[in-house]
Amino acid sequence: MDLNYSQEELAFRDQVRGWLKDNLPADLREKIASYAELTRDDLLRWHRILAKQGWVAPSWPKEWGGTGWSVVQRYIFEEECGFAGTPPLIPFGLSMCGPVLLRFGSDEQKKRFLPRIYNGDDFWCQGYSEPGSGSDLASLKTKAVRNGDHYVVNGQKTWTTLGHYADWIFCLVRTDSSTAKRQEGISFILIDMKAPGITVRPLILMDGGHEVNEVFFDDVKVPVGNLVHNEGEGWTVAKYLLGHERMNTGRIGASKRELAKLKEFAAQQPGNGKSLMEDPRFRDKLSRLEVELMALEITNLRFLDRMRRTGQPPGADVSMLKIKGTEIQQGLTELMMQAVGPLAQPFKAVNGDAGFDEFTAAIAPRYCNFRKTTIYAGSNEIQRNIIAKMTLGL
Amino acid sequence: MNFDYNEEQQLLADSVRRFIQKGYDFEARKKVVLSPEGYSESVWGTLAEMGLTGIPFSPDHGGFGGGAIDLLSVMEAFGEGLVVEPFLATLMGAQCVSRAGSDSQRKAILPAVVEGKLKIAFAFSEKGARYDLANVKTAAKKSGSGWTLDGEKAVVLGAPAAAKLVVSAKTLAGLSLFLVEAKAAKLRPYRTLDEMRAADVVLQNTPGELLGAEGKALPVIEAVVDFATALVCAEAVGAMKFSCDATLEYLKTRKQFGVPIGTFQALQHRIVDMYVAYEQAKSMAFLACSQADTAADAKERMRGISAAKIKIADNARLISQEAIQLHGGMGMSEELKVSHSFRRLTMIAQQFGDADHHLERFAGCG
Repeated sequence: MDLNYSQEELAFRDQVRGWLKDNLPADLREKIASYAELTRDDLLRWHRILAKQGWVAPSWPKEWGGTGWSVVQRYIFEEECGFAGTPPLIPFGLSMCGPVLLRFGSDEQKKRFLPRIYNGDDFWCQGYSEPGSGSDLASLKTKAVRNGDHYVVNGQKTWTTLGHYADWIFCLVRTDSSTAKRQEGISFILIDMKAPGITVRPLILMDGGHEVNEVFFDDVKVPVGNLVHNEGEGWTVAKYLLGHERMNTGRIGASKRELAKLKEFAAQQPGNGKSLMEDPRFRDKLSRLEVELMALEITNLRFLDRMRRTGQPPGADVSMLKIKGTEIQQGLTELMMQAVGPLAQPFKAVNGDAGFDEFTAAIAPRYCNFRKTTIYAGSNEIQRNIIAKMTLGL
Repeated sequence: MNFDYNEEQQLLADSVRRFIQKGYDFEARKKVVLSPEGYSESVWGTLAEMGLTGIPFSPDHGGFGGGAIDLLSVMEAFGEGLVVEPFLATLMGAQCVSRAGSDSQRKAILPAVVEGKLKIAFAFSEKGARYDLANVKTAAKKSGSGWTLDGEKAVVLGAPAAAKLVVSAKTLAGLSLFLVEAKAAKLRPYRTLDEMRAADVVLQNTPGELLGAEGKALPVIEAVVDFATALVCAEAVGAMKFSCDATLEYLKTRKQFGVPIGTFQALQHRIVDMYVAYEQAKSMAFLACSQADTAADAKERMRGISAAKIKIADNARLISQEAIQLHGGMGMSEELKVSHSFRRLTMIAQQFGDADHHLERFAGCG
């Protein structure tokens, strides 16, 4: 038993760390560090730097550009990116649509879409949630009716992350409303966001940010060739995605970076005559969070070790990585907001330069924004349902 | 990175589990607890035969040459079975000898411990000192060629079964360790809440033999208590596993309103949180045992072990309390093992420092 990485794993980590140091553009690093909003170009620039290096889709098969890395190497790479503070890789193409096409797509679909996903030529978004279908996804109502060589799609998707940047959307739609079970009659289709009849409307979140949207479909024509897998078997695809790539949901590297930043920041804040870091009430909360993060990192490594030994995909119990990882992320944003004290209040200048510090002003909105983490990608309550049912047999 | 036991560790873990299933089930354990001695001499012989008493001692003395990592699975199994034998106590006393003793002291004591012939306890704590290992009022003074000790030690685990005690005491040079014959001291034995045996130890002009360098004992005491802390972290993980498994079984079998209560989402989410807490605690027990063996220095060791103890203490509370709540009234009953694991987990949360104590030490390590 050995908790430390092997010499080879350490060498790999150092290689990744060194490369990130040399290749992460300073302006992007600065934007991440100061919690600034990233543009479509920022996201794609980083995507293309990684694509050029051959590291943008490590888990894909080698023939499609994958790296052939072990599960541990993939984890190290993701954590190093998080720790270095790179822009995120938007998962909708690389980690969702890509793997679905690799598993269920026709040769033609693979050839058409995978290289463009890999190179960042197409920006993808996800069409799952609807106004009446959140956790209960199988209740979705958006309809696709077959008409000759195309489908006609009508309905609405919501919470569509970065839909306003997207060239394509993959959707779960109902192709048959007469089935006995709700999970049947659902299909997985790819829709060009430029198709006539699509309207994207922003949903502004409480931090003032525009990251999610409503997407309306009004008699949108979609070629039958854009159906992935069999008609009516989209739920199989959705379930496959649910179990795919769930090892990085802990976001441990990014949380380590935030923790280090929080310690540095708190040490500069006054608290009861000393620095806030020396205030035992504050420090104990921070220590408990740090300990939870230390535990999560080891738990994550234990899951990876199990995968490596058994060769099996992760079990349902990896849902706990999402639960704990997001709780830690939220805890960090909350303590950061506490650390900034009364200066958490300034938000947006009214007339030009209001004189407040932009970094400190970004901290409370970030706290607001991070409340999403325990809700999105299967709320933490849904994660608990999954563990209760699949792991504990309840 | 590798979380697998090696072959020896796996064999050991399997044999300990088999022994507990066959020879130390809840009924057998109850008899041991209620016996006058509060432990079983025949069980002790078996533990020694299996090699458990020799794990963390040098092959020079008949031991296995292992460390806390090698004891991890043993302590987990002990935690699951709620073993009350004075195993941890004896390892602590003998670790003091192993780490601080002279060659002749080691030769005189360690082989006997490894063979299961000698039990030895570590008297380091005093009333009013809480968790401060350096806060010692017991005094030792030179007397002819030897030493005599005066003072009172509190809650010395395993002392009633021990033939020898290692006692921390102050001399003019500072904190020191002494070997004392148990029968030369006055013991006030009792049963602890978690059904082990301990004693307060009164020393009055009691002869003792210096163990290690005079005035230099604190680093040894800290290292041994950290070693023991790592072991109770592992033990806690076993007791947590039992608590979770027993509660899950109860949720699946207990029916109310015509259905198993495990169908209620309010209870499902709570037991999921118990299992998540167990996994997080288990990860930290790995860290604690690893740091006890291989930390680069005392500060790194203290940081890792305090981090682990914070998590273990918090999660021991959560799991033990939820186990009782989810069992309903039955959980309160002496008849159910889950009320016993509750008591052990409750005590482990405070043994060798509660979460607050370790939060303070963790912060001090940077």
